This record gives sequence, structure tokens and C-alpha cells, in this order.
Amino acid sequence: MSSQPVTQSNSIIRVRDLRKVYKTGKVSVEALRGVNLDVPAGEFLSIVGPSGSGKSTLFHIVGGLTPPTSGEVVVGGVDVAKVSDAKRTELRRTSVSFVFQKFNLLPNLTARDNIRTALHIAGRPMDHIEDELRNVLEMLGIAGRLDHRPSEMSGGEQQRVAIARALATRPAILLADEPTGNLDSTNSLAVLNLLRDLNERLGQTILMITHNAEAAAFGHRIVNMRDGQIVASPSVA
Amino acid sequence: MILRLVWENIKFRPMRTLLSVLLIGVPVMLILTLVGVSQGFMQESQRRTRGVGSDIIIRPPGSSLSSGSGNPLPESLVAKLTTVPHVAQGYGVVQMLEGKLFNTITGVDYAAFKRMSGGFIFLEGDDAHTFRSPGEVVVDADYAAEQKPKLHVGSQIKLQGRMWRVVAVVASGALARVFVPLKELQELSRPGYVSQIYLKLDDPKNLQEVLDTINAMLPDYGVYSTKEWIDLTSVDQIPAVGVFVKVIIGIGIFTGLIVVSLSMYMAVLQRTREIGILKSLGATKGFVMNLIIWEAGAMGLGGTIVGIALSFASKAVLRQFVPASLPQAIVLEWWPRVLLIALGSALLGAIYPGMIAVRQDPIEALAYE
Repeated sequence: MSSQPVTQSNSIIRVRDLRKVYKTGKVSVEALRGVNLDVPAGEFLSIVGPSGSGKSTLFHIVGGLTPPTSGEVVVGGVDVAKVSDAKRTELRRTSVSFVFQKFNLLPNLTARDNIRTALHIAGRPMDHIEDELRNVLEMLGIAGRLDHRPSEMSGGEQQRVAIARALATRPAILLADEPTGNLDSTNSLAVLNLLRDLNERLGQTILMITHNAEAAAFGHRIVNMRDGQIVASPSVA
Repeated sequence: MILRLVWENIKFRPMRTLLSVLLIGVPVMLILTLVGVSQGFMQESQRRTRGVGSDIIIRPPGSSLSSGSGNPLPESLVAKLTTVPHVAQGYGVVQMLEGKLFNTITGVDYAAFKRMSGGFIFLEGDDAHTFRSPGEVVVDADYAAEQKPKLHVGSQIKLQGRMWRVVAVVASGALARVFVPLKELQELSRPGYVSQIYLKLDDPKNLQEVLDTINAMLPDYGVYSTKEWIDLTSVDQIPAVGVFVKVIIGIGIFTGLIVVSLSMYMAVLQRTREIGILKSLGATKGFVMNLIIWEAGAMGLGGTIVGIALSFASKAVLRQFVPASLPQAIVLEWWPRVLLIALGSALLGAIYPGMIAVRQDPIEALAYE
């Protein structure tokens, strides 16, 4: 069964008949089976589904981490299905940022240097990041933790640094993969509130993968995935 | 920023960094030590030649630079050569290889040697008790220190199959390390013959004239000014030593390459997840490769510094245990060379793991635990 597209006129992400097949030896696994999706700029979209439903694969393709097998995936005007690896790298550098469940901060660098690294890779000025990112850092409550390494911070603090790093390059799209998966309920709530604040105050487009229905409810819209397909996308806003 | 990332990474894994730097440092030390020993051996030899005080050295026909044993020259030649105008003094010596390594025992006419060189600087014993009886030997301080037990005046030592009694320990740097009376060594080898002849002139200004005269007299012989001979006894002039040094350098480069490659491969494996993170941030292949190469360069630089420091340590160890047989020089002009070798090895060694790193799938890398 193929899912029905959600048609939006100002989509920053447009996915059509997206398929992804992973080959391991002689075994082929179809992770995505004709996904259609539109995400308008400024939306906070939650993607939910059980393990193996294909939501992470969709996330990786939209983020340019891996190419699709077939279909159309236009992100910020670039069809990631048709561009080279270098172009997908450029997409990650300029238009898309990730927040991961395991934070994925560089362990040998302080919070400040983690953010500076992202800025350096994106080719943006990286001096005086406190001035540049004052609003974000204040919103995240980590302005006083910038000189600490990840190992010196709590999970919640690490995830907030990861969000700051993701936002520092001013991406068009923020992709959050189970951002509360490794956090306790207090920190989870704080991170989810932050994401919603960022969306509301800065107009940041956010795609969030989650297993948690309560977390998903923070989005404007929830998309359900099962067996590599979108099965429902009720609006919650 | 890349340098900062490299520096932070080096600091973050101090044990791996230390091991990598040490593993690069060891072949660097090996190269510096072997080059240093080659040079040190020659420098010591040159110093001892200068210490003779001669202006001209006569060597047997067809003798090579490195041959110094045997005594094919008739001793009567000394008397003949001292009749040449402007030759003020002359004497012949017998040199025979002795023991392991490269030591020689030298038979010398003590009175003639003293006249030309000014004599020994005595550390133990004195002139009045030197070479007064048969079976006496004089050794220099380095040779004395190298023997077990260390030699002192009164010690007995077996040389050329017979026992000798040490009558003096002298400062090194004059002609040889082990001296015995000329006649006694000739009796053990070939009476009436010497290995080479030293001549001193009335005035060094007459050197060329005397050289021309002797060359005319002894056309097939090796006739050298002492300065020329010293210049000839450099590492570059002895083919076997040059090849030896090159082989060692080759081994050093090969070892360095393998070690750095393994080290960088481990570094890449250890940092798989970090490379995945960088790629998720949009780092290009060039950026990741740059990071690996700069890190390899830093390891190469660190390894060179450690290798240079270790070469001082090896010098101290050789000086302690084999000061006479393996004198090691610190050869400054080789420092930039070993730096280039270490950097080159490090960079070459980093290419393969670097290629692995840049090809890594970011999703797999991010999933790496």
C-alpha cells in the first residue's frame, strides 16, 4: 500500500514514491516502500512508528546521509536522489542539521569547540559565538557550560549543546532523531519545550522521530510509519 | 580549527599518542644512532690521526681506505724517507685487528712517537715506567673503560694470543687506543715490516714539494698529506659504510611506515564515530583527510623529537658500555633529514587509513560503538 501525499504549496521537503533497499550479501531488505510526504517551512513534524518501520531511513535520506534507491526527495530545492555525494555533503553543511538520540558530541572538545567545529565546517564566522548565538544559548540555558567537555555534562546538557550546535549554522531544517531517547522525564520535557520554542520563536522547521506518543504531541502534525510506509498523518496542532 | 581538532585529539588519547610517537621515535633513533656511530667512528679515527702530529702518511701500494691491518711496508723505508729534504722525523707503526668489533692494536717506537706527537697524556702511570720491559701495553681511557673488568695500571690483558701488563692508561686521541712496543708486535706478525709510516716536516710550507718527491720515489704507494688522509676517512668516502647507512635508513623508513600506518589505522578505527559525527555536520572528504594527515604529521614531528632525544640516550648507553668500539657522534645535519623521513613515513602511512576514513558511510560510522 502506498501512502497518500500531503500536499503543501510551500514545502521545504517534498518526498515522492521514495524507496530504499538495503542489500546485505544476497539478502535485500526494503526499508522504504513508496513514501510520499510534504513538509512546509516552519512546521514541527513528528514521525512515529515502531522499530524497523523505516523512519530512521527516511530521516537519513532527507538529511542527505544516504541516497535513496528510487523516488524524489527535494530538500530546500535540491533533489537528493539526483545529486552526488559531495552535493549531499553540502546539503548537510548548509541546509540540514541533526540532533541525535546519543547526542553525538565530539568527546574531546568542549561545548564551545563542538559548536565552533560545526561553524567552521559550514564556513561561517566562529569568533564570538556567544554574541552570535546569544538568544539560542540563553534559550538553551548552556551559556555557562560552554567550556565543559561532554563527559563533564549531564545528558540533558549534552543534548542542549547538540541542539545549539545544530542551530549554530542556521539550517533550514532541523532533524531530531529520538532527541529524548536517552533523557529522564524532566530533561525530556525541557528538550521538547525547547524544540517547540525554537519552532515558534525562530520559525525553525523541525522533523522529529520518536517512539513516544507524548513527545510526538509537541509537533504540529504526526506522521505514522509502519513497514516502510506512511500510514496516517493526523494533524495535532 | 583543524589544528585545534588535531591537538585536542592528540591530548584526548595520551596513551595512544605516546605509543605512536614512541613507535615512530624508535626507528628515528635507530637511524640517528647508526649514522652517529659511523660518523663517531670516523671522527675518533680522524682525531687520533691528528694526534700523531705528522704531516705525511705513507700507506702500502693498493691499500684501501678502510684496510689498516697487516704490515707489508719494509721498515727500512723509514730511514730512506727521512733522508728526503725537509723531512724532519719519521716512524712506522704496525696495526693489527684485535678482538671483536673494530679495535686494533698498534705497535709503535715509543721514543719516535713521543718526539713527533709530544707523547701521552697520562691518566694512570707515567712516562718513566712506560715501555721499560717486555710485555707492556698502554691503553687509552675509552678502551680501558670498555673492558670487563675495567683496566688499570697492573691489569693483565690478552692480546694477539699472549698476556700483556698495562703500564699506563692515557687520554684518548693520539694515534691509537692500544699501544705495544713495535718490535714485540713485529715478532708476533712480520719482523722488519710496518703497516704505515708517519713523517713530520721541518716546515709545513714544504709539504707539496715533499709529497712530489716521495710520489716520484714511491709511485705505487699511498702518499697522503695528513689533512688529505683525514678528509678521505669520512663516512661518504667508504662505500661499504655508505651502503650500510642507506640500508639502515631504508629499514627505518619501512619500519616507520608500517608503524605509523598501523597507528593511524587504529586511530581511524577508534574515531569511527567521531568521523561519522563530522560527516553528519557536513565535513567533506578533504576535511576528514586533512585531519588525518595533520594528525599523522604531528605524530611524525613528535616521533622525530622523541627519536632525537633517544639518540642522546643511546649515545650515553654506548659511551657507558662500549666507548672505544662504538663511539657515537650527534650528527646535527641528520636532524632535518630524519624529520623529513618521519614526516614522509607518517604521511604515507596515513594515506590508507585516511582513505578508509573518507569513504566511511556516515550512518555506519555513527552507529559504531
